[in-house]
Amino acid sequence: MKFEISQEEQPTVMVAPAPEERVLDVRGLDFYYGKTRALHGVDLPVARNRITALIGPSGCGKSTLLRTLNRIYDLYPAQRAEGQILFNGENLLNPRDPVDPEASGSGRPRVGGDLARLRARIGMVFQRPTPFPMSIYDNIAFGVRLQRSVGKAEMDEIVERSLTRAALWDEAKDKLHQSGLGLSGGQQQRLCVARGIAVEPEVLLLDEPASALDPLSTAKLETALLELKDSFTIVIVTHNLQQAARISDYTAFMLMGRLIEFRPSSEAFVKPETEAMRDYVTGRYG
Amino acid sequence: MADALMAAMVEQAPRSKGPRGAPGSGNGDGLFHALCFSAAMVLMATLAGLLVALLIGGWPAFSRFGFSFFTSSVWNPSGTPDNPEAYGAAGPIAGTLITAFIAMLLAFPLAVGIAVFLVEFCPRRLAHWVGIAVELLAGIPSIVYGMWGLFVLAPWFAEHIQTPLLLDLDPDGFWGKLFSGVPNGANIFTASLILAIMVLPYIATVFRELLLSIPPYLREAAYGMGCTPFEVVRNIMLPYIRRSAVGAVMLGLGRALGETMAVTFIIGNSHALPHSLFDSGSTIASTIANEFTEATGDLHVSALIALGLILFLITFATLAAARLLLGREKL
Amino acid sequence: MANGVPMASAPRHLRRKLTNYIFVGLTSIATALALAALVMILWSLVAKGLGGINLAAITQDQPGGGADMGQGGLRNGLVGSLILCAIGMAIALVIGILSGTWLAEYGDASRLAGTVRFINDVLLSAPSILVGLFVYELLVSHLVGHFSAIAGGVALAVLATPVITRTTEDILRLQSNQLREAGMALGAGKGLVIRAIIWRASRTGLVTGGLLGFARISGETAPLLFTSLGNPFLSVNLGQPMASLPTIIFNFALSADDNWRRLAWVAALIIAVFVLSANIIGRALAARGSSHK
Ligand SMILES: Nc1ncnc2c1ncn2[C@@H]1O[C@H](COP(=O)(O)OP(=O)(O)O)[C@@H](O)[C@H]1O
Ligand SMILES: [Mg+2]
Repeated sequence: MKFEISQEEQPTVMVAPAPEERVLDVRGLDFYYGKTRALHGVDLPVARNRITALIGPSGCGKSTLLRTLNRIYDLYPAQRAEGQILFNGENLLNPRDPVDPEASGSGRPRVGGDLARLRARIGMVFQRPTPFPMSIYDNIAFGVRLQRSVGKAEMDEIVERSLTRAALWDEAKDKLHQSGLGLSGGQQQRLCVARGIAVEPEVLLLDEPASALDPLSTAKLETALLELKDSFTIVIVTHNLQQAARISDYTAFMLMGRLIEFRPSSEAFVKPETEAMRDYVTGRYG
Repeated sequence: MADALMAAMVEQAPRSKGPRGAPGSGNGDGLFHALCFSAAMVLMATLAGLLVALLIGGWPAFSRFGFSFFTSSVWNPSGTPDNPEAYGAAGPIAGTLITAFIAMLLAFPLAVGIAVFLVEFCPRRLAHWVGIAVELLAGIPSIVYGMWGLFVLAPWFAEHIQTPLLLDLDPDGFWGKLFSGVPNGANIFTASLILAIMVLPYIATVFRELLLSIPPYLREAAYGMGCTPFEVVRNIMLPYIRRSAVGAVMLGLGRALGETMAVTFIIGNSHALPHSLFDSGSTIASTIANEFTEATGDLHVSALIALGLILFLITFATLAAARLLLGREKL
Repeated sequence: MANGVPMASAPRHLRRKLTNYIFVGLTSIATALALAALVMILWSLVAKGLGGINLAAITQDQPGGGADMGQGGLRNGLVGSLILCAIGMAIALVIGILSGTWLAEYGDASRLAGTVRFINDVLLSAPSILVGLFVYELLVSHLVGHFSAIAGGVALAVLATPVITRTTEDILRLQSNQLREAGMALGAGKGLVIRAIIWRASRTGLVTGGLLGFARISGETAPLLFTSLGNPFLSVNLGQPMASLPTIIFNFALSADDNWRRLAWVAALIIAVFVLSANIIGRALAARGSSHK
């Protein structure tokens, strides 16, 4: 209760990337699960080819925010988002809004309210590894085939490249045609990353991808993400502060459905400005 | 006191979920247990009795005709000196398998369609009511299906499908042969159609439950790839339920194989092996229903019971397969 | 690297969307077909059944062939069906509830219980005509020696029992162990706890099981053909053949007599109303029961 009052008074601390760097720009986002409100006027700028980490105590709305970005919540009729999510200047929540011509990436093809198209450009990796019930090879080829016809040789190449970038090639190259369900949890999660990047999305969303993994697998995953930064924009939810500090360029701290601090990670962890984030970072709660 | 009771109960229930009272601890508890147990044994005795009755009743026919009972399609209850009484079950067996198979062929895609529509495309509230309506189809007694088939479907089918085809097709061509038959609407195909409608709700309902049991994260992952709903259903959801779905189909098949009244009304009742899709035919069940009370000779009765045994074995095998594939809950 | 440049070519994307629309269309058509079948069947029933109803339909016994249109009724069949179902349900409720109780409370996870469950499932989906053959062999040709209402009632009982066994077991398993423990903590024996507490708490579910069992048998025809046979006259003698609505339909519908056909439709409508309402009430009770849970 005490927190809520203090937040209402506290303005968000925001040290944002320049507008022309933003691939995604969330503005004033509210989110509802039926009648329950889970997000309150959240702003979130996401810089291109950077890793943005979402942190905060359990239940603060990190997953909810992430799930609005590719509109996966649309699968559930009772869930609803209001506000603006600009993707290359186009409002994902209302395709009829005019595209902001000043926005970075505004020259790219529009999504136009087509969710299949949107999700091919904003991929997602879930907390639980979700390999499809098919071979490792097909897990990766599946998404690519949705987008275009690909010859055998090219597909082999795509599979190898994706697995390599997800740091899984060495472990998987001898069993490409075995079921993806036969991999270990950590390997499955990297398979999901490989699957996600095989279609060359612009943004990759990850929701606590390492929460079920052992430290070694986590390290491999982090290495892979750092490599991927050159080609993709990454938004990652994590409850592991060290992880956020290690890999992210920007950190967003959330509390009770609100964004509290958004700053470059290099500063955010060293000297949090809000009391709430300071408490969180020093392990006082969460 | 309470501790002692707890201890006693724990002892009584080494491997089960619930507490066990001391058997026979007053109030006729032992008697009650014995009653419950006997009732369960009555169930077992019923099935055993059913099997034994069919075996004993069918034995004379099996021993008289041997293997030819399965292969011959001569069904001649009224023996004359130059055309002796003889029974061969090939016609009804073929009719049973063919009608059930065609019924499944028709019902399967429809059931998939209904289940997918209700789970994936239909608004939740509407899906509830539509689901109930579909299940109502399962509640209609089979004799009502039979009457509807006989008085509504058959005449319509004869006039609007069979007759035009008969007039248009070359009787010696492939299609002409496939669709040949007396244009009265009572044939193998219309019987299959009725069967399809009858089993449809059973299969569709199980399919729907199976689709609903798919973990949401898998569905989300598939949509998260940028799949269209069709691609999610086809590539992820249907493969996921494949095994259990086969079980559901077997369950429907079991029903189609044993269905009696509806088929009896509309299959045309001929013992010969059917020659075309629109030929009249018979199933094991329809043959028994039609002839049993009028059967005069002992051998005729025995042949009908022997048919019953064959039907029992076929449906039993189907059910066992369904159970194996589906687990118990969905049966 | 072609980062960020969407690879989907426009025609391909259009094709995927089109395929999806077609698929949605096909699934809706499948659903519409099933609903259409339901509506057509119910419509025929109502149109042909209601049209044939008159007072005589329930006050008179079945007419002979060639009687004038509107003559005769279904009284013998109605009474017979009620008696046959009553016999069947009486037997099935006793055996079904007791055996379901044994499965849930005593047999539980034992191998014997597993076998009983399997056998119950087999009975549950055994073709009903085979049950008719069995009861014929057992009662008609041996124990009783001729067709009788008793034989028909037993045949129906064999069909209803597995339904009731199954629902009883499922329902009793829903009761919490705390309820059982509370009963036993009062010093009651297990049997008493089951009868006085568990059964009472499961009342709605047991009624539902009974209704579903009733729905299963009240339209059954095949097993009656060679057990209770049918009887053109009103009879309440359990040792003699007895009329029933389904056997009347079977005999009348296949005849060329228009008056008989009319009565067959009326009988079909009556049966359908009984079965569907038993089904609907059973489901409503079950839904209410589970929403309380
Ligand atoms: N499916 C749902 N239905 C209703 N409320 C939900 C649902 N999912 C999450 N919530 C609520 O929304 C809030 C934010 O949840 P979430 O985004 O999952 O938090 P986080 O990922 O930060 O742990 C929580 O209060 C949670 O209870
Ligand atoms: Mg979360």
